[in-house]
Amino acid sequence: MAQIFHRSTNTISRVSIYAAVFIAAGLAWVLMALDRSPYTTRQGIVLGQPVPFSHEHHVSGLGIDCRYCHTSVETSWFAGMPPTATCMNCHKLIWKDSDMLEPVRASLREGRPIVWTRVHDLPDFVYFDHSIHVAKGIGCASCHGRVDEMPLMRQSAPLQMEWCLDCHRHPERRVRPRDQVFDLAWQPVDQATLGARLVREYGIRSARDLTSCSTCHR
Amino acid sequence: MSHEKANSLESARARLAGTRGREFWRSLEELAGDPSFQEVLEREFPAGASEWGEGLDRRRFLQLAAASLAFAGLSACTRQPLESIVPYVRQPEEIVPGRPRLFATAMTLGGYASGLLVESHEGRPTKIEGNPEHPATQGATDVFAQALILGLYDPDRSQLVLEAGEISTWARFIARMSAALPALQANGGAGIRILTGTVTSPTLGEQIRALRTRFPKMGWVQYEPVSRDGARLGARLAFGVPVETRYDFAKADVVVSLDADFLVEGPASVRYARNFAANRRVRVGHERMIRLYAVESTPTATASLADHRLGVPPSEVPFLVWALAAEIGVTGVELPKALPEERARFIREAAADLQRNSGHGIVIPGDYAPAEVHVLAHAINERLGNVGTTVLRTDPVEVEPVDQVASLSTLVDDMRAGRVDLLAIVGENPVFDAPADLEFKEALLKVPLRLHLALEEDETSQYCHWHLPEAHPLEAWSDARAYDGTVTVMQPLIEPLYGGRSAHEFLSVFLDDPPRRGLEILREHWRLMAGREDFETLWRQSLHDGFVVGSVFGPRKFALRKPAAAEAVSAIRAAARDATAAAATAGGAPTDRFEIVFRPDPTIHDGRFANNGWLQELPKPLSKMTWDNAAYLAPAAARRLGVASGDLVAIEAGGRAIEAPAWILPGHPDGAVTVHFGYGRTACGRVGKGTGFDAYPLRSSAAMWSHPGGTIFKIPGRRDLACTQEHFAMEGRDLVRVGTIARFQKDPEFARKMEEAPGRDLNLYPGFNYEGHAWGVSIDLSVCTGCNACVVACVAENNIPVVGKDQVRRGREMHWLRVDRYYEGDSESPDAHMQPVMCMQCEQAPCEVVCPVGATSHSSEGLNDMVYNRCVGTRYCSNNCPYKVRRFNFLQYSDEKTPVLKLGRNPDVTVRSRGVMEKCTYCVQRINAARIAAEKEDRPIRDGEIKTACQQACPTQAIVFGDINDAQSRVARLKAEPANYGLMEHLNTRPRTTYLAKLRNPNPDLEPEKT
Amino acid sequence: MKDKPPLIAPGYTSATVTDKISAVVLRGTPRWWFAAFGAAFLLVMLFLFTLGHLFLKGVGIYGVNIPVGWGWDITNFVWWIGIGHAGTLISAILLLLRQEWRNSINRFAEAMTLFAVACAGVFPVVHLGRPWVMYWLFPYPSTMGVWPQFRSPLVWDVFAVSTYATISLLFWFVGLIPDLATLRDRSRNRFARIVYGMLAMGWRGSARHWHNYESAYLMLAGLATPLVVSVHSVVSFDFAVGIIPGWHSTIFPPYFVAGAIFSGFAMVLTLAIPLRALFGLEDFITDRHLQNMAKVMLATGLIVGYGYFIEIFMAWYGDNKYDMYMTVNRMLGPYAFQFWSLIACNVVVPQLLWIKRARRSPAFLFVIAIVVNIGMWLERYVIIVTSLHRDFLPSSWGMYSGTIWDYSTFIGTIGVFLALMFLFIRFLPMISIFEMRAILPEAKVEGGKE
Repeated sequence: MAQIFHRSTNTISRVSIYAAVFIAAGLAWVLMALDRSPYTTRQGIVLGQPVPFSHEHHVSGLGIDCRYCHTSVETSWFAGMPPTATCMNCHKLIWKDSDMLEPVRASLREGRPIVWTRVHDLPDFVYFDHSIHVAKGIGCASCHGRVDEMPLMRQSAPLQMEWCLDCHRHPERRVRPRDQVFDLAWQPVDQATLGARLVREYGIRSARDLTSCSTCHR
Repeated sequence: MSHEKANSLESARARLAGTRGREFWRSLEELAGDPSFQEVLEREFPAGASEWGEGLDRRRFLQLAAASLAFAGLSACTRQPLESIVPYVRQPEEIVPGRPRLFATAMTLGGYASGLLVESHEGRPTKIEGNPEHPATQGATDVFAQALILGLYDPDRSQLVLEAGEISTWARFIARMSAALPALQANGGAGIRILTGTVTSPTLGEQIRALRTRFPKMGWVQYEPVSRDGARLGARLAFGVPVETRYDFAKADVVVSLDADFLVEGPASVRYARNFAANRRVRVGHERMIRLYAVESTPTATASLADHRLGVPPSEVPFLVWALAAEIGVTGVELPKALPEERARFIREAAADLQRNSGHGIVIPGDYAPAEVHVLAHAINERLGNVGTTVLRTDPVEVEPVDQVASLSTLVDDMRAGRVDLLAIVGENPVFDAPADLEFKEALLKVPLRLHLALEEDETSQYCHWHLPEAHPLEAWSDARAYDGTVTVMQPLIEPLYGGRSAHEFLSVFLDDPPRRGLEILREHWRLMAGREDFETLWRQSLHDGFVVGSVFGPRKFALRKPAAAEAVSAIRAAARDATAAAATAGGAPTDRFEIVFRPDPTIHDGRFANNGWLQELPKPLSKMTWDNAAYLAPAAARRLGVASGDLVAIEAGGRAIEAPAWILPGHPDGAVTVHFGYGRTACGRVGKGTGFDAYPLRSSAAMWSHPGGTIFKIPGRRDLACTQEHFAMEGRDLVRVGTIARFQKDPEFARKMEEAPGRDLNLYPGFNYEGHAWGVSIDLSVCTGCNACVVACVAENNIPVVGKDQVRRGREMHWLRVDRYYEGDSESPDAHMQPVMCMQCEQAPCEVVCPVGATSHSSEGLNDMVYNRCVGTRYCSNNCPYKVRRFNFLQYSDEKTPVLKLGRNPDVTVRSRGVMEKCTYCVQRINAARIAAEKEDRPIRDGEIKTACQQACPTQAIVFGDINDAQSRVARLKAEPANYGLMEHLNTRPRTTYLAKLRNPNPDLEPEKT
Repeated sequence: MKDKPPLIAPGYTSATVTDKISAVVLRGTPRWWFAAFGAAFLLVMLFLFTLGHLFLKGVGIYGVNIPVGWGWDITNFVWWIGIGHAGTLISAILLLLRQEWRNSINRFAEAMTLFAVACAGVFPVVHLGRPWVMYWLFPYPSTMGVWPQFRSPLVWDVFAVSTYATISLLFWFVGLIPDLATLRDRSRNRFARIVYGMLAMGWRGSARHWHNYESAYLMLAGLATPLVVSVHSVVSFDFAVGIIPGWHSTIFPPYFVAGAIFSGFAMVLTLAIPLRALFGLEDFITDRHLQNMAKVMLATGLIVGYGYFIEIFMAWYGDNKYDMYMTVNRMLGPYAFQFWSLIACNVVVPQLLWIKRARRSPAFLFVIAIVVNIGMWLERYVIIVTSLHRDFLPSSWGMYSGTIWDYSTFIGTIGVFLALMFLFIRFLPMISIFEMRAILPEAKVEGGKE
């Protein structure tokens, strides 16, 4: 009787059996990649802001210290966002007619706050505390990157749990002298020995303590 | 409500209709986010046949099936929506963003102030604690103070000025008044009446005085449904002048309570509980215990600590007091005849005990006991020489003590006679809670101008021309006196959310032109009061402390009228005679004849907290019932009437009748039935509507707290009651371990020996070792009154949702901390035992090993961390938890739709969503805060630096939290006590929460030690 | 084999056997089939509706509460898994034991297994508070940097059940290949031939094919055999590992496995008896088959009964007041009715199988099979609910009862099961054609000759 299948189908079927394995694996890999991609994490993506504020200009250009605006970074879990008044300290004198700054002036005029878009956004079930990280010698740059080189603010780290854990498991790799915390350009000479020493000096708790769930989640 | 829901569902359907293909998907995701649809989804009361009512029509089906896919899709993707940061325009210096601040203020209940400390996050009050310096609270609180915060944010609070039901404004109101007043002033304000609650506020008193100077003939009426008329009248009868009596339990060795729930109820209960407990705690080396005799007409939480308890119908109480007075030897008092031997013996031994400890005893009459009881108590304490040491008498704390029922009935008479032109009701709800025989409402309607200032639009506001929103205690400037006279400041923590105004500002409308704001009024009065140059320093100091240092009333000598006792006895005789006469004439079979005991509800008080979900869902200390009140009956009485708990009964007294579900309460005296006020509100918010039954109709001005001749009989029908604990017996399991102090002295470790605990080496998985801290809790059962303050504190601190009656009935209440109540002995007069149970934080936790995703896992300090965002909701952990302390969000319980409620949540604790398990965390947010603070200062965490919410609220300091690795810590020393034991220790769970056995101190003559 | 009646009615040749069985698939669809399938499909829709409602509102629509955190959901899971045992047992173990009578029932027994396991698989998902994150139970490198908690029996379940499902599927499919080829060759409809052809994967029945086939089939049988034991042992760990009185018991694994086979055979009978009547296959699924299965049921039923007895005995012998209370509570407590009816269904009624006449009557066997199915469901219900509702602290004791949604979910899965079953018997040979040929007398006579 007539053949329904051409003989080549034999080959096709054999190949497809093996291929199936790789296709499945490939799909899995794609999902993993997507889960870590900037699309999900917003890593490195610049978000629209009411005022195109340039950290590059203010930090490396004018050499303003982080704490001039982020006042509570050493005392509170929240680093603090500068009130409009802080901006106007300078901008009532310089660039006082620039259109770019109109929203700022308007804010002060009408007593309406400026609504910024959050760039570094941890999930609400994560309780991150700036003050303790700063106190234990974790530099701004460790999480926020070279802000002084960013004309427009963007998220430089993935901020995913595995990324947090990496440091909570090996704090010695990131810790730096307390007086260098706010120096964005600081580079370690020999992190291995320095880190080990600082972990001891600053009494940084063991990995087991730092990776207990309630350290970050409540 | 349901109608709106239907609409929203319709709109959702409409949105779906006419969408096809790809577009269909998009609209479904919108749908998933659409609030109206959300409401449909998260509608309460799941399951049940009603569900099928929604029908299986195609669109509904597609919605459900496909939107569920949408949900799955959304959740799989971890991408977050964009958030924004909104900084200040000008940041106040004192505010550090993210750092909470504490303010001293106070709340009043029944007029008396209790000092509070309120935590505020960026101007949002979130948590209430007791003010440690304040004499009335000393850092602890009662349930009402804890729940105050929810009341502040209650979305159902009245938000509008209403003139005859039409929306109006304060300005209009003020205009109208200034127009109306001159006419009223003409005849000296003879037509003006002001009705307030009990007033202790010096400033308010001053304002009223001022009003009287402006309107010499006006009348001031004070009435609250729950007030202390018995005490006031008793004092007058005993001394001829108003006298305030307060007690010092720290100095007492023997206490006889006469129908007094003094550890749980009343203006000084928190302070009394603190001192009583301090005197009852037993530790190795300090093995003395205060002894408590309780005579009561209805079971009280206080009596769960009593060494000897005697439950009798209310009419018998005066006889027992009379007998006690006679035994003590009060002049002019002979023993009453025909006292049953068992009772006579009780009184005899109590009297002997009091005499042995003269000067160190207290006979404390209940606020609701009749005046005669108070008189005799005064006489007894006088005779025993307790006055001056344990019993202190001072000038009255109230601005103007009056017999409130009398003053209310005169008001009603005046209204009926048309002598009242303007009635201003300040913060009270007489239409709902005035004695029924006065028929207040009918009289009220005769008044041409009726004003009502109140927190909510209640039964009274419906019948008033003007309803004015009152400012919540946390929104207003005011002052008040504590039970000991201490002047206490109340400062606002937030601008009035709903444009309310305080009583001061309201009265100012009649006093000042233009009316002044609260702060101004308060400061001016204080300036006069202080009369000092350095007023500012006094003001600032008092504001900071929360009270005026040294404003406490010193004890004074008051001469007891010689014949007082004898008069009281003859009054008791007379009352008894009338009662028997009435009984003879009254109809109904003698078996149906019951005395009725009236009490304020233990959780919603006189009804003013009816709309407070936290208090509604709080189990009543003894019955463990929620969302309802019931007619409490003795088991024997229930048997006679043939009723089971939940069956409806009709209660009739003085020609008025109510229907109520019966509730069998072990230990309730036979021949009496107890009903609680506060429920059955007809005009109140969403929460309180339709809960319980109204007991006020049974109350008459002649019988405020008990009715001698009521009848009760079974009627068809049942009411399903939501009770959080159905089983009262311990089933021979050593859960609450009880022993007498004698037994303790013989064998200090008796409690531990009741059940063997496995050795520490028995362990399948490698055990943990805790180098750093090891947190633990010790709970002293000897002093737990079961007052529930810890439970509400936990709810407030940890954003625990209210689930509603239906869910509670399904066994889904969410309280992380519960107070278990067990009974021991015969059901007619058993011993009640209270046992707070929260997560035991087991060192070998059964929950941890079974969680498939490690959502509950062991912290380095021995906590069983519960990670909501990792939980998939298998509920295996709860199944495997021997203590059943885990709680599960079966539905979307926490209200994420009402914006105002978000303000009150604790920002340091995750608000749980549906489908995740949760449980006590030992307030890990507080632990972390303290640790961060300590590490920033490079110092160890001090013992006592961390207080869990329950510990902080506990009036008796029964709960102690700390580091058990630090041998010097309080908790470590308590766990070293021989009476320390762990619950279910034989399971080798190694609980971190342990208990100190409940010790009793019975009188050997009444209860010989069993050997 | 002398005394025993033949496994296949006399007078059949390989040709007629093939005709008769393939006819079911190749000839037109009987009217009753549409009716039956339609009914089943309605239940499938009910199932989907319930799932939609569940995902939107939350697991609170079920009757579960604290203390009873599991109810109908896990009961159904264990019940279905148990049913899913017979197939592999019949196919694999009986194959290894050279029990030729299996040849006429293994095919749809395996199919039943697959569908039962599929239904079982539904419940671990729907009982979750957050079903959409159930993939966290699988070990994969997540961005959270955490893994499943491997000490949890639920994780073991994931592996046990998924492995079992995979092997069963392979085993079933491999077994189907020669018959698929037969259908390919016999069907007139081109489309059907293409589909069957693809599935037959170029089977031509050459000696080499048969050689590979035999070894592959044996290998899979070898793999499947331990799984029969392991799956339900692991499922029983869900309870045995817990500390709750009534769960914490070492006897669970063996008696769960026995119970699984018990219920599995019950379900095979429940299906086989009507099917052979509907398609007139009495010649292939003979009374002797039914009898054998009845005997297996009797044996496993006795083991299960022994399990019940030992549980009670141990509670008394162990003298643990919590176990003792649990046992008494089971027998006299609020759920006494469920307990005693389970004893009646699983222990008392099956004793009738001692009677030869009972074993001979298909109708009677059918009734007993149904009763056993009910009994086994009740057993799981009693184990789960009575143990949880009164555990250690009397203060937190409570009651449990399913809601309308519990019912609809369960009925829904039955619908899914039946729908799949009907599709199977319509489109695939429900009896293994070539294996039947292998037990034909002629095959015997001619010995191994092909």
